Amino acid sequence: MITASFHGESIMRYSAFSVFLNALRGNKSWQPAWRSPVPKNHYDVIIVGGGGHGLATAYYLAKEFGMTNVAVLEKGYIGSGNVGRNTTIIRSNYLLQGNNPFYELSMKLWERLEQDFNFNAMVSQRGVLNLYHSDAQRDAYTRRGNAMRLHGVDSDLLDRNAVRQMLPFLDFDNARFPIQGALMQKRGGTVRHDAVAWGYARGADMRGVDIIQNCEVTGIRRENGRVTGVETSQGFIGCGKLALAAAGNSTTVADMVDMKLPIESHVLQAFVSEGLKPFIDNVVTFGAGHFYVSQSDKGGLVFGGDIDGYNSYAQRGNLATVEHVAEAGVAMIPALSRVRVLRSWGGVMDMSMDGSPIIDRTHIDNLYLNAGWCYGGFKATPASGFCYAHLIAKNEPHETGRAFRLDRFARGRMIDEKGVGAQPNLH
Amino acid sequence: MASLIACPHCGPRPKEEFTVRGDAGITRPTPDAGQEAWHAYVYLRDNPRGRHKEHWHHTSGCRRWLIVERDTMTHVIYSAVDAATIGETV
Ligand SMILES: Cc1cc2nc3c(=O)[nH]c(=O)nc-3n(C[C@H](O)[C@H](O)[C@H](O)COP(=O)(O)OP(=O)(O)OC[C@H]3O[C@@H](n4cnc5c(N)ncnc54)[C@H](O)[C@@H]3O)c2cc1C
Ligand SMILES: [Zn+2]
Repeated sequence: MITASFHGESIMRYSAFSVFLNALRGNKSWQPAWRSPVPKNHYDVIIVGGGGHGLATAYYLAKEFGMTNVAVLEKGYIGSGNVGRNTTIIRSNYLLQGNNPFYELSMKLWERLEQDFNFNAMVSQRGVLNLYHSDAQRDAYTRRGNAMRLHGVDSDLLDRNAVRQMLPFLDFDNARFPIQGALMQKRGGTVRHDAVAWGYARGADMRGVDIIQNCEVTGIRRENGRVTGVETSQGFIGCGKLALAAAGNSTTVADMVDMKLPIESHVLQAFVSEGLKPFIDNVVTFGAGHFYVSQSDKGGLVFGGDIDGYNSYAQRGNLATVEHVAEAGVAMIPALSRVRVLRSWGGVMDMSMDGSPIIDRTHIDNLYLNAGWCYGGFKATPASGFCYAHLIAKNEPHETGRAFRLDRFARGRMIDEKGVGAQPNLH
Repeated sequence: MASLIACPHCGPRPKEEFTVRGDAGITRPTPDAGQEAWHAYVYLRDNPRGRHKEHWHHTSGCRRWLIVERDTMTHVIYSAVDAATIGETV
């Protein structure tokens, strides 16, 4: 077996060879992918939230910035939040300055992630197509595609025939929303979401990071204007720096230091159908309503639409939204009316006031904030972790994440990709 | 989210008839209140896990603005009153 030694324990490197060897040994010598340590009294850095962003931050802190006396505190289990609830789409097809280079950094990190953390995350660059249904929408997508190319990101504007060749089953002649073409990003696609959490968790753990599950942060202790540690369901734990990465629960944690955020929590639902033979090769989004779909390797159609629209922490939504999503889906692919849905669920989104995230320091010197990911933070996971780790380690923003400042609202520097203003339920 | 909201004018109506605006705890500052007050008004929101008061508009009904108090964790609705009966001091 191939092993490497870190902090006195031997960690198995995954490879085709190790799969083969373990099979010969009856699969009895696999090790747990990460430890379950008892929390220490004090860490240099505590990260609140063991979602994709918290775990990626810990991984890059240890791997890129040499900070290993780090703990990730997760109130549930790893992967129980949005990182394990999303529809797994990755893309970097953004229009605006602050966004585009950041999501492209993330895409580049996705492209080498599996080698980097030695875990199969099933990164699949199957292409993302955004359909357009009118001349005006084509013009808007042309502009977006050009902006992407100016940033060095791939984009292709497809006409109706090109789309028809790829996806003949779409309703091209829909009376209200005929399909005229699509903007395609070939490098976009899907990634197995919970493998991302596991891969980062394992990579951080093997470098010495403590991942502490079932540990809810209930209070933040401060002395002389600085954070000294956190109260948790497993007792007090001291820290030099505190980094929040609680996604949909960002407000509840920020409330512990009376920090009011430009964020509302909303519920977003997702759906999986029965398994079908392969027929949707790409990720496809409807341009006349909010609907997006891809097909998993097991054959299930994975799809979703709009947030429900009211503040919620419940991780479940309403039937009216289910109906709305189904209608949009059938308007795009009539054959969906014959498909049965197997499962649906909801996740709590940290919807920000301009639809863009925050990676910044706060009014408290050693408190850091990572929040506001809305319904699109999965694709951001690698870049978010990387930029946040940079900020925590160096007290300076990473060049690529510079625009995501908390004070941008006060300074009039919103990054409003959709252009709907300070109304979180419309982003 | 509960399916019905008891509009004080129309009675219990499906929530799909309403448009949500959000946090009812914010009050429009005076024009000369200064940057900080205006920033807070436009961008900062109470976002509790639990009881919360919000502005809901009965768009497909009486078209009155209501203040709906509900629980963001259980989705239970406690009350719905016409915003005008409370004024700007909520
Ligand atoms: C249905 C759905 C579909 C989505 N689809 C996509 C998509 O296709 N593409 C995309 O890019 N994005 C998508 N997203 C958004 C994406 O999933 C999120 O933006 C992203 O996962 C948020 O970051 P995270 O992984 O760190 O969050 P999470 O996994 O939610 O991590 C936050 C963690 O903090 C923990 N926590 C909270 N409070 C405390 C506390 N007090 N103490 C300790 N721990 C605490 C939570 O338990 C949670 O595990 C989708 C989201 C949903 C719900
Ligand atoms: Zn009414």
